Amino acid sequence: MFMDEVQFIGINSIPIVALMSTFMGAVISLQTASNMDSPLLPAYTVGYITQSSIILEFSPTIISLILAGKVGSNIASEIGTMRITEQIDALEIMGINSINHLMLPKILASIIYFPILIIFSMFLGMFGGFLALVISDLQTTETYILGLRSWFDPYNIFYALTKTVAFGFIIVSISSFYGYYVQGGSLDVGKASTKAVVISSVVILIANFVITKLMLL
Amino acid sequence: MISIRNVNKTFGKQQVLFDVSADFEPGRINLIIGQSGQGKSVLAKSMVGLHEVDSGQILFNQRDFTTMDKSERSKIRGEIGMLFQGSALFDSMTVEENIKFPLSMFTKMTKKELQVRVDFCLDRVNLNGRNALYPSECSGGMQKRVGIARAIAMNPKYLFCDEPNSGLDPKTAIVIDSLIKDITYEYGITTIVITHDMNSVMEIGDKVIFIHQGKKWWEGDRHSIITTENAEVEAFVFASEFMKEIRTSIKTQTP
Repeated sequence: MFMDEVQFIGINSIPIVALMSTFMGAVISLQTASNMDSPLLPAYTVGYITQSSIILEFSPTIISLILAGKVGSNIASEIGTMRITEQIDALEIMGINSINHLMLPKILASIIYFPILIIFSMFLGMFGGFLALVISDLQTTETYILGLRSWFDPYNIFYALTKTVAFGFIIVSISSFYGYYVQGGSLDVGKASTKAVVISSVVILIANFVITKLMLL
Repeated sequence: MISIRNVNKTFGKQQVLFDVSADFEPGRINLIIGQSGQGKSVLAKSMVGLHEVDSGQILFNQRDFTTMDKSERSKIRGEIGMLFQGSALFDSMTVEENIKFPLSMFTKMTKKELQVRVDFCLDRVNLNGRNALYPSECSGGMQKRVGIARAIAMNPKYLFCDEPNSGLDPKTAIVIDSLIKDITYEYGITTIVITHDMNSVMEIGDKVIFIHQGKKWWEGDRHSIITTENAEVEAFVFASEFMKEIRTSIKTQTP
């Protein structure tokens, strides 16, 4: 069960995470470079800002919001369909605690695998920035890497991964809740799925603010 | 044996079951019939604990299910097999995995023993060699048979079937009825079938309970249901013109 969930929640999300991270990293670096017209700012500032934006906010929060859409809607519709087709009743009749059986492997898989996805996203985001700057001839490899390494604080990684674990838990628990308590038919499963994504996203934004306040200030 | 005593069930402000009492004997097929929306499925789901009753007793061999704690309920549920209206097969699992699932969760069978048991259950429902199919690759009748195979995998003492023939053609429905009948008599299971299919009533109805407006309206067997004078039962059984003709011919033949 756990490995199935790792496949479903983690491995199947790699393509979208890779695509988003590479392009967003590229855009962040290009936008930063285009706004750096002061000669007082060193060239490597572009790499530094790209690194900070990706580590602190883009990878943990924006990718989590995207995963709330992809994974959250999947979970809500999967569990919701199990509810309306009486598969959850079948589990209960067998004497199986359906909440434990369905949700625990998903929560564990997300808590363990989301941080891995986010680390992957950070690397790809910075790589995307590198590609954009170097291909466009805006910076040299050495300057960009110098920027990435400037004022690097490992605590930021800890902060980002802490957020990611919280967001993973939020996405899976909220989506499972809405799926589990679906009543009605397929239309209601769709509604529950949409609700799960919306509520997860709002809770992620609130949690992001709270965790940032607690950990960074 | 399953006995229910004065069972009441309410959803919000709407009372669905009113003081329902009945006995379901082992080795017999007990049918709960009635029109849609009269409380048949609620009664069956209350009996297996999917709905909590408001008051009354549900006794499995004198053990009151309503007052049991979680672990005692789990034990009882290990003795229950249920065939759902839509089969409720786990669609991410193959036929074999569906049948294996309760066995691997609750028994310490070895891989070989599991395989033997799965093959036996599939053989019992005439689905040999269909182990690797997914539910979506099975016809409605096959899904019901897999559902029966899964329900009997744990050697249940009690078998609940919620509208086992819904959505099936008459020929396949008879196959499912025969399977339920054979399994019940062979293993001495207490079988409770929720249905509104009169063919099933005539084929397998050892005992028939008619539920109307949430109350037990009538009780008898497949023979007495034909001759009952109860107006509601009569209206249900002989709803079609064809059945009315049969009723008239029975009445004229009976001295």
